[in-house]
Amino acid sequence: MATRQTASLARLMRAPAIILLLIWMLIPLGMTLYYSFLNYNLLNPANTSWAGWFNYQYFYTDPAFFEAIWNTIVLVMGVLLITVCGGIAIAMLIDKPIFGQGIVRILVISPFFVMPPVAALIWKNMIMHPSYGVFADIAKFFGASPVDWFATYPLLSIIIIVAWQWLPFATLILLTSLQSLDGEQMEAAEMDGAPAISRFIYLTLPHMARAITVVVLIQTIFLLGIYAEILVTTNGGPGYASTNLTFLIYRAARLNFDIGGAAAGGIIAVILANFVAIFLMRAVGKNLD
Amino acid sequence: MGRITLEGVAKRFGDVEVIPPLNLDIEDGEFVVFVGPSGCGKSTLLRLIAGLEDVSDGRILIDGQDATDESPAKRGLAMVFQSYALYPHMSVRKNIAFPMKMAKVPQDEQNRRIDAAAKALNLTDYLERRPGQLSGGQRQRVAIGRAIVREPSAFLFDEPLSNLDAALRVGMRLEISELHNRLETTMIYVTHDQVEAMTMADKIVVLHAGRIEQVGSPLELYLRPKNAFVAGFIGSPKMNLFSGETAAEYGAATIGVRPEHIGVSTEGGKWKGRVGVSEHLGSDTFLYVEDTGLAETITVRSDGEVRLRHGDTVWLTPNEDKIHKFDQSGDRID
Repeated sequence: MATRQTASLARLMRAPAIILLLIWMLIPLGMTLYYSFLNYNLLNPANTSWAGWFNYQYFYTDPAFFEAIWNTIVLVMGVLLITVCGGIAIAMLIDKPIFGQGIVRILVISPFFVMPPVAALIWKNMIMHPSYGVFADIAKFFGASPVDWFATYPLLSIIIIVAWQWLPFATLILLTSLQSLDGEQMEAAEMDGAPAISRFIYLTLPHMARAITVVVLIQTIFLLGIYAEILVTTNGGPGYASTNLTFLIYRAARLNFDIGGAAAGGIIAVILANFVAIFLMRAVGKNLD
Repeated sequence: MGRITLEGVAKRFGDVEVIPPLNLDIEDGEFVVFVGPSGCGKSTLLRLIAGLEDVSDGRILIDGQDATDESPAKRGLAMVFQSYALYPHMSVRKNIAFPMKMAKVPQDEQNRRIDAAAKALNLTDYLERRPGQLSGGQRQRVAIGRAIVREPSAFLFDEPLSNLDAALRVGMRLEISELHNRLETTMIYVTHDQVEAMTMADKIVVLHAGRIEQVGSPLELYLRPKNAFVAGFIGSPKMNLFSGETAAEYGAATIGVRPEHIGVSTEGGKWKGRVGVSEHLGSDTFLYVEDTGLAETITVRSDGEVRLRHGDTVWLTPNEDKIHKFDQSGDRID
């Protein structure tokens, strides 16, 4: 902004958006914070009283709490690993000119258009089902006994489903990055005697660093809140084997009707998410400048 | 050593023949310039030699060895690209070290060669910078440094100066010529700029639509162009070409007179005309003479003291000994 007048005008013009955003953010956060210090159960709403730190203490001493945090970490890291590695691989494959490139690219992107509960239902009933899923048919074809995925590997199953959904996003971002790689650099490296693997390590990967950072940051934000896939498939079970933090809060609020406890869990989740965000920005954010 | 021989080399992209079969000998230590208008196939020819494109026909021999099916890395050639093609996330030092790292050259040998190249190219102060922090000329020098440290049998330059401004281009032109004098390694240089070709080359290869029009030293091409195309392409300003009656007088289909071989007079001469534009460069004056009835404009190069202006009437007289004659198909008549 060139002059003082335009600067103050600009501040005035931005104000409504910023104020609205603050209201949208602060009121729910404040209410959650307030509820987290109350004994507030929907089964007995008349009997609401001040609880102090009891809700936090209760959440913290719940053995499911640490299991849920661990599951959240495994879920996020697992999906990130699969989508970033798989995304790079698929992006490099469909970057090459091939027959039917347009259709192949659309097919690769399409899982992203399927709503999470629908995707989870398809995987549950048509792919991973122990008696009429595709995986069961394949196992039977090879003479092996079918695996009951959601009973035996509940968290892995959810990781696979979520990774399938997010792979297109990673592929798309990484493909655009790959397409901006200078062809002459690749040729120069070829003349410099670099074999394909070295060219990938020294040229392609550093070139894609920024895109990989974007994929990791955006996906982490969404993966911390995975909920629909768990609800539709395992319902957090068996036991707490596939319960993440989001699903634990849902259990407290909607299955136990414990608003106070759920709010405390929510606040803990917000703190953890901020912790992860700071850590991530420190670790990979330098790629973004 | 760096003797490169092309035997019947041809390149087709699908049905389109970009380079019809051609033969060419490049001697060890020569500075050869491929020159021609854009789209004449000169870059493609260089890429064929480099191994970045596969030949459709013929053989490429490097030092007598058949290298037609060798990978680019195995041919022992180094290339400097038009866009420099530096690795953006590596420092200058790492850029220069990259080919040696790939060839697994020992670390202290690497350092020795990097320091020598940096000293020769005035890059010592910039070794820890990234390419993005360098100017165009410095980037160009890094690209050359990356080529030098490989100690190749020949250097390939693909229009290396076209991204630089005019003053820098003249400087780099000198530096590359000096480099050639010092290293005495074969260099193949592609350009569309005939001034670069004339000033740097031991041997110029003029290409037109994929065909070699003439091969020779700069002076040979200037004094005895083999055909009308070479005559018009080599020399600056361009040769004046006349056809029709004027040419018939000399028993040719086309005649050519270089601007420096036409005399100007305000009293009388062979052809009468009117000065259109006059460019005073101090050392020379370029006159663009119109309304001669021979060609749209005739370019004349005269000495710097000539004080002719737009609209002045002048008489032009060509130097009869320096007239080039060409027949119907454009070939030279002696």
